[in-house]
Amino acid sequence: MTGFRLSKGGLIDRSKPLNFTFDGTAYSGFQGDTLASALIASGTHLMGRSFKYHRPRGAITAGAAEPNALVELRSGGRKEANTRATMIELYEGLEAKSQNRWPSLRFDIGAVNSLASAMFVAGFYYKTFMWPKSFWEKIYEPLIRKAAGLGTASKEADPDRFEKAYAHCDVLVIGSGPTGLMAALTAARGGADVVLADEGSALGGSLLFDNEEIDGKSGIDWARGVIAELASLKNVTLMPRTTVFGWYDDNVFGAVERVSDHLATPNPYEPQQRYWRIIAKKAVLAAGAEERPIVFGGNDTPGVMTASAMRHYSNRYAAAAGQSVAVFTSTDSGYRTARDLAAHGVFVSAVVDTRAEAKVEGKRLPVLRGRQVAQVKGGKAVSAIELTDHTVISCDAVAMSGGWSPIVNLMCHRGARPVWNDSISGFVPPDVGGAFVAAGSAKGSFLLSDCLREGAAAGTLKGKAPAVPKCRDEAAGVAPFWWVKDFRGKAFVDYQNDVTVKDLPLAAREGYNHIELAKRYTTTGMATDQGKLGNVNAIAILAEATGKTIPEIGTTTFRPFYTPVSFGALAGHSVGHHFQPVRKTPLHEWAEEEGAVFVETGLWMRSSWFPKAGEDWLASASREVLATRNGVGLCDVSTLGKIDIQGPDAGAFLDRLYCNTFSTLAVGKARYGLMLREDGIVFDDGTTSRLAEDHFIMTTTTANAARVMSHIEFCHQALWPDLDVTYASVTEQWAQMAIAGPKSRDTLNRIVDGAALTDENTPYLAARSLTILGGMQARLFRISFSGEHAYELAVPADYGSQVARSLMRAGRDFGIVPYGVEALSMMRVEKGHVAGGELNGTTTAADLGLGKMMSTKKDYIGRMMASREGLTDANRQCVVGIRPVDKGDRLRAGSHLLKRGDTPSMANDQGYISSVAWSPMCGMWLGLALFANGRARIGEVVKVFDGLRNITMDAEICDPVHFDKENRRLNV
Amino acid sequence: MLITCPHCGTRPVEEFTFLGDAKPQRPTSNDPSTMEQWFDYVYLRDNPRGVIDEYAHHSGGCRTWLVVTRNTETHEITGTVLASDYAAKRNEAPKKGARK
Repeated sequence: MTGFRLSKGGLIDRSKPLNFTFDGTAYSGFQGDTLASALIASGTHLMGRSFKYHRPRGAITAGAAEPNALVELRSGGRKEANTRATMIELYEGLEAKSQNRWPSLRFDIGAVNSLASAMFVAGFYYKTFMWPKSFWEKIYEPLIRKAAGLGTASKEADPDRFEKAYAHCDVLVIGSGPTGLMAALTAARGGADVVLADEGSALGGSLLFDNEEIDGKSGIDWARGVIAELASLKNVTLMPRTTVFGWYDDNVFGAVERVSDHLATPNPYEPQQRYWRIIAKKAVLAAGAEERPIVFGGNDTPGVMTASAMRHYSNRYAAAAGQSVAVFTSTDSGYRTARDLAAHGVFVSAVVDTRAEAKVEGKRLPVLRGRQVAQVKGGKAVSAIELTDHTVISCDAVAMSGGWSPIVNLMCHRGARPVWNDSISGFVPPDVGGAFVAAGSAKGSFLLSDCLREGAAAGTLKGKAPAVPKCRDEAAGVAPFWWVKDFRGKAFVDYQNDVTVKDLPLAAREGYNHIELAKRYTTTGMATDQGKLGNVNAIAILAEATGKTIPEIGTTTFRPFYTPVSFGALAGHSVGHHFQPVRKTPLHEWAEEEGAVFVETGLWMRSSWFPKAGEDWLASASREVLATRNGVGLCDVSTLGKIDIQGPDAGAFLDRLYCNTFSTLAVGKARYGLMLREDGIVFDDGTTSRLAEDHFIMTTTTANAARVMSHIEFCHQALWPDLDVTYASVTEQWAQMAIAGPKSRDTLNRIVDGAALTDENTPYLAARSLTILGGMQARLFRISFSGEHAYELAVPADYGSQVARSLMRAGRDFGIVPYGVEALSMMRVEKGHVAGGELNGTTTAADLGLGKMMSTKKDYIGRMMASREGLTDANRQCVVGIRPVDKGDRLRAGSHLLKRGDTPSMANDQGYISSVAWSPMCGMWLGLALFANGRARIGEVVKVFDGLRNITMDAEICDPVHFDKENRRLNV
Repeated sequence: MLITCPHCGTRPVEEFTFLGDAKPQRPTSNDPSTMEQWFDYVYLRDNPRGVIDEYAHHSGGCRTWLVVTRNTETHEITGTVLASDYAAKRNEAPKKGARK
């Protein structure tokens, strides 16, 4: 046994024992423990295996920076990989597994990598997996993928909920140690709205584990008093278990509150985690400092940890890391740990201080000054340390302290770099202005009195900072020390990625001497801990290797997130059905009654086909087409964008938006319009009608409805604000349905009020207001996408389904059918009408065969750029029809077109099939294609090449209008 | 990032859609000789380090197009005006010059 539970002390609740399992073995701990502290108290330091060499590893910290003790927590859909045992609060029934080992944590086959470590040096992957090239896809990549990562993700859905929340405050205090508490208290007493956030399970920061004296009380008692006062104030929000992970523009902070991570399952109506956006007028970084490890042989052996972590375990959790502890230090922190352990009755076998002289009190401690530890003896546990002078001192745990790194991360998230400070041998935060200030040890001030004073100053918004309570200052001397030159064994700089002290000089020798390059070459500072412990040592070692100073080397870039944030928290509610809103048309209810199968198009649910018993989509859609072309059909077209445009300049405005002219359109008429982008490519099309001299109603394609609206807003406001015109989207206000087929007018006549529809009062392209069904306001447009004698009827949205039902009754005698977008698509391909496949962001008006629509008498969006040489080239691919030579062949959209006899290649490519549909009228598959110089090549037989299905066939290029070329049916 | 919309007040950046540099001005002539101006307007954009005027559409709010003055180095926003006011002022400017 290397560890044990101290008989008294600590902040654990000994009246509440908790049972848990680790790798299936039953353990127990107490309320207030972390998984790591409970394991250490049970004598278990071995918690994981390292990434590359599969070295046995234990917790090296007691907090968020932990690189080693990563475990898989929970199981099933709740399983979470790479969780830090040092941050997991113990709960009854907790279930954790170690990672990256096989078959077991104690005996791990992967550890043979360690024997071959001469091979696994920096850049190993880059050097090894270069050749032979053919090995990459089949052998190397699968191998690397198998080895990569530590834990495995669950493949089941997470049953718990995550939510997002917003907070606004005058002062956000990050960290609740002495500095943070003082800042929050000062700001709160001054009347400011304060949010105090701390990543720990309890507020108090270092006061939870360091023995201090403030205001005549113990540090923890003082903290409890301050927390109680803060909790009583209405203007203070206390947020324990909340990690502020990022600083963004305008003092916006991201934070994750671990609402239920300390429970087996969340309480009813509580989320697992809450993702916060905190907007702070001022923020105070009081995140403290991270103690650095020293680089020496075997510094990764389970049982070796930072001095402050060892103090943390003994003072807060009453868990001793060992029965006989050696301390290796270049700072006064090591002495503090030795003293605290001795006070707990733990035997301190040596305090090895790299410094020949130190002012710190070492009385009654076995201090060895000016000495260094060469290596830790033992494999899965510590048995002794060996000094560089070969002195061997037996021990079962080692505390190390190489200095302190202020936790500067958040202050560097917006690009500022931390500044090297020689007097503390660490990087301190940059000055980023008054809205975000650092205080206390986060700023490099390690004396308690300085922390309190700086905290009070940071929390003062107006006037002079208040006086702070008296306290006892502990010695905080530091002498820079990075690595033991005469180390023996393996000395780790970055634990998580198994970067050793040899890797960095190697990277420098191979030319990767810039810190950003060395990081990527050696992987130091990567993965879940992002080098929180190892980076400064790495920078110092690289500086030595390159003959530069530490500030010359500088740091890598600090980016959010400070610690890993779960996907669940980022997604929040936006999962499953809630991923995006669902838009249902006003005719949705009617379509459901008719048995529609719906298809998602963007956010919309559109009726796709209306199958009868036994029909598949093709049979259903074919029947719908035949019934429509022979009688009458009803189709929901409500998803088309509808924009109401009014004002004296409405016509002039439309002239600038469309390439064709609308100011000349007669009142009561509809016209097909084509809109270009400013670069001359077609943007959108649709029918726009003039309802009055100064009133138009525009329709857009379903896909572009929102984009066209934004475009209209831009063109008016940013280009031509002098035009007197207003516009509003009315897509949701109107239900719109197409009534198509030779019996469409007869059907409508049964529901319109007053005079029956005739060719005289409602000719082709008429657009008029009327009433139906005894007084309901409606708009009727005689337009046709199907090529039939057809109308589009618009009624107020809430009446949509009711009107559709009335039309179905009115058309019953004529065999009316509902038809969906599949039938619509078949009919438009038969008629050669272009749609999304052709309006694909690469085609010009001329490519679509609509070049004649482009007015030469006015300026409009896209006019000039459409006249460019490249957009008017005769060899451009333009829209043509295509039909298989063998009527039984099925064309496939996306197939490429080649000259007969040519082999498939980019050079030989002549175009491709953009749309395909079965034609019930022609009894074969028909298509539209974009084909080089197509209109001049009508009648040519080409080779169709479908590389996906490996099919080739012959097909004939033809006019895009496959059916009723003379448009006779429009007036049947 | 927060943007102050003249209509809606201070709102988070997610409510806005950016369109980029507002400086290029749409040419008014369709004469073929002006093709170069058109090309510049459609394709050429500066990428300044420092202050830039950018179009932003309050697409998740009042749907007004704005011109936001932003510092590309610091992301500091120093001004927000309606795109219509920006355009009206700019369209007026050459006329004033002509008078002189």
